[in-house]
Amino acid sequence: MSAGSDVAVSGAVPDVAPRRGGMLAGRGSALAAALIFSALAVLPPIALAIGDPFLVVMATRIVVFAIAALSLDLVLGYGAMVSFGHAAFVGLGAYAVAILASHGIDDVLVQALAAILLCSLFALVTGAISLRTKGVYFIMITLAFGQMAYFFMVSLSAYGGDDGLTLSARSTLFGLPVLAGDISLFYASLAVLVLAFLGLRALTLSRFGRVLRGTRENPIRMQAIGFQPFAFQLTAYVIAGALAGLAGVLLANQAEFVSPAYMSWQRSGELIVMVVLGGMGTLVGPIGGAIAFLLLEDWLAHFSEHWKLGLGVLLVLLVLFTRGGIAGGVERLFGRARP
Amino acid sequence: MREPLLAVTDLRKSFGALAVTDGVSFDVHGNELHAIIGPNGAGKTTLIHQLSGNLASDSGKVRFAGEDITKLSMVERVRRGLARSFQITSILDGFTVIENAAMAVQARSGSSFRFLRPASKERRLNDEAMAALARVKLDDRAHRRAGSLSHGEKRQLEIAIALATGAKLLLLDEPLAGTGHEESAVLVALMQELKQTHTIVLIEHDMDAVFALADRVSVLVYGRLIATGTPEEVRTHPEVRAAYLGEEEAA
Repeated sequence: MSAGSDVAVSGAVPDVAPRRGGMLAGRGSALAAALIFSALAVLPPIALAIGDPFLVVMATRIVVFAIAALSLDLVLGYGAMVSFGHAAFVGLGAYAVAILASHGIDDVLVQALAAILLCSLFALVTGAISLRTKGVYFIMITLAFGQMAYFFMVSLSAYGGDDGLTLSARSTLFGLPVLAGDISLFYASLAVLVLAFLGLRALTLSRFGRVLRGTRENPIRMQAIGFQPFAFQLTAYVIAGALAGLAGVLLANQAEFVSPAYMSWQRSGELIVMVVLGGMGTLVGPIGGAIAFLLLEDWLAHFSEHWKLGLGVLLVLLVLFTRGGIAGGVERLFGRARP
Repeated sequence: MREPLLAVTDLRKSFGALAVTDGVSFDVHGNELHAIIGPNGAGKTTLIHQLSGNLASDSGKVRFAGEDITKLSMVERVRRGLARSFQITSILDGFTVIENAAMAVQARSGSSFRFLRPASKERRLNDEAMAALARVKLDDRAHRRAGSLSHGEKRQLEIAIALATGAKLLLLDEPLAGTGHEESAVLVALMQELKQTHTIVLIEHDMDAVFALADRVSVLVYGRLIATGTPEEVRTHPEVRAAYLGEEEAA
């Protein structure tokens, strides 16, 4: 061994720490997620107690966007693919609900399945083309595909075109209106968020996730040991697209209305902001980012119609002073290095 | 005579008007350590990129284990047992040492489209990774973050990763680059030991290391091999002395 052996052994505690820190950070992020989920779970009774049912509506919206942000984190944070068209998947999922409902198909399982299939297919085709490019070209091409989906829905006058489409009622499950109440829709959304978080957590630690993380760090190295990054990145893109579609299914039910605005590039940008604000590649971060973004949006809107200016200033400060977003800031607060 | 493990015939690569690899031919036999030396700018790195499949050749042929691999990608070449290390260390800093090697084992151990089970707990991958680390004497560093290793240890890990791919032939691109005296002694001893089990193509600047390790040496100057032979033959070759060793002595 090298001459540094003795020193390294005596210094083993801080040196090994990254791994333990990684595990602790892993547990830390699970703990943070558990806290967030618990807080959300007890929100409806509190909202009822203080007589503010709108809180539940707001919280449902937050949970839905948290699911979308979580799915984008797989692409952006783990796959290192800066997709600027992610809102298209949310919109397609929402339209799957509205279009099927307008033809009398109300069952949420059928609608969700249709949304997942549609979004997977859209992700597969657009991803396969987009992944031929890199860097800023990838951003531009995903933006272009997102805008194509947006203008397609704008021009589809049979389903409302620019005006969108109002749902006559929320989706049903085996003919039962289980999502009709705001509180039951909230818990259904929360359940999807928790499952998505657990699923993606397992995925990022799996063989597949390890290749994806390795590719994020050094794609040439991954090829040199025998991995073709394309297939892994495309698969991640499809999984993320399908999950965002599921968020769209919930969004359509929450708003009981869909419109092309869900797919606009501003929406895609907001999803990126949620992920970066919360902390890329942490899963729990983007959930926090979605909460922070939507609360700020709501809160700042009370002060001024130019609330986005305030949000911009806050964002700049966050990016400058808390590398790694909210999750990074919290980690540093507790003195833990990022893994 | 049996077919060489690696046979390179009239390999060429030009960047514009500049012929960087200009009709290179050589054979590497099984369990041989074949060193390629040459002054700066001779085209050594371009040649290794062509051999590893990182860079497409303009013309010529590369045969490996009896198969024409000229048109194959880097990924396909690794799967056939031709692995490379990098001159500029390119380990995955954010992963543990063992994960760096385990990832290379994973690449050849069944599908990586598995989504639920934690990869870092797969015993078989870790065992094989550990064996590769043991061969480069890094097993006691297995659970450290790769980025926290010393430079010499990172160079050892580079080799361990190539080993973990299950390669028959290792293309080592300046494994001693940037190492100090003690670190390079460790690495030379390591390669001495690897020679027993692996065929190695070694590109290296360090003449002492090359003459200590190589069974055969090829000298690359301005994209052409001007001599190939045993270290002794090459050392006394007049053209080599003029083009390369003279320069060393003068320096």
